[in-house]
Amino acid sequence: MMVVTYIPRMLPLAILSRMNISKSFMNWLSYVPVAVLSALLAPELLLKDGQLSINLSNTYLLAAIPCFAAGFFSKSIFLTVVAGMAAIVLLNNVL
Amino acid sequence: MTHSFKEGFKAALPVVFGYFPIGMAFGVLAVQSGMTTLEVFMMSLLVYAGSAQFIAASLLATQASIGTIIFTTFLVNSRHLLMTASLAPYMKKISSKLLSLLGFWVTDETFAVSIAAVAKEPKDKGFFLGLYITSHVAWISSTVLGSMMGNFIPNPEKFGLDFALPAMFIALLILQVRHKKALAIIIISAALSIGIKLNMAGSWNIILATVISATIGVLMDKWMEKSSQSLSA
Repeated sequence: MMVVTYIPRMLPLAILSRMNISKSFMNWLSYVPVAVLSALLAPELLLKDGQLSINLSNTYLLAAIPCFAAGFFSKSIFLTVVAGMAAIVLLNNVL
Repeated sequence: MTHSFKEGFKAALPVVFGYFPIGMAFGVLAVQSGMTTLEVFMMSLLVYAGSAQFIAASLLATQASIGTIIFTTFLVNSRHLLMTASLAPYMKKISSKLLSLLGFWVTDETFAVSIAAVAKEPKDKGFFLGLYITSHVAWISSTVLGSMMGNFIPNPEKFGLDFALPAMFIALLILQVRHKKALAIIIISAALSIGIKLNMAGSWNIILATVISATIGVLMDKWMEKSSQSLSA
């Protein structure tokens, strides 16, 4: 696990930092953070047991709403995480 | 060096606060899937990958093979290829030896803080060391603390610990959105990720959705450039 975690993190730094990178590749890289985070997040919120679940019984999706709101207004990682966890606790106890 | 280390330490504080609920959640879940506190400590020290550790713990609970765990870890972590590649241009002045160490410390969270910092002004090695060491120490302490508490918490869902990781992704995503184009990429990447996951086994959805939607982003830029040129001509 250590090796397969380490290699993808180390190789690009070691190689690409020694090269000149073209402008269009840089532009491509600038889209990566947003793309990768969305790709990680979407299945967590919208899938339940491997099925698409867009309805009011999906507590993750509901909790994501106050969580996004907290993040948007506070721009704080800590407050966003706490708001999300509080929302899911409330939802689990109400629903 | 000491000044920029301090600056890195300060930049790490949001990561530290973000790690604590997630790390504790991982610690609690890991103990429930049969890991000991020492194993949690070693995993956080040597692997240091939140989402991969969560996935490994849940695979351990379902008694998956070592091979499955390692390959899934690789797929989930392959996204860091793209992250470190986008950090590389800002680390040109740092020696190769140190770079191979810094690479170890690039996580979703430290990457998000690093890329936001270098977008504002150039940073030196002291900054990165301060940011990364502080974050790693916070990760180890929070997971170990969670594993010690895990023995006393029968159902972690009661405390919302299972939502800690998605909530962290939401926070990191919001910090990355700087212009309207990003919203289009979010929708495209999210749709692709779900579409691929529903039709393909494993974790390929993450890397495929990322590569395709970043490419669409570049094509959108080229197309907009062309149409603005033809308008002015």
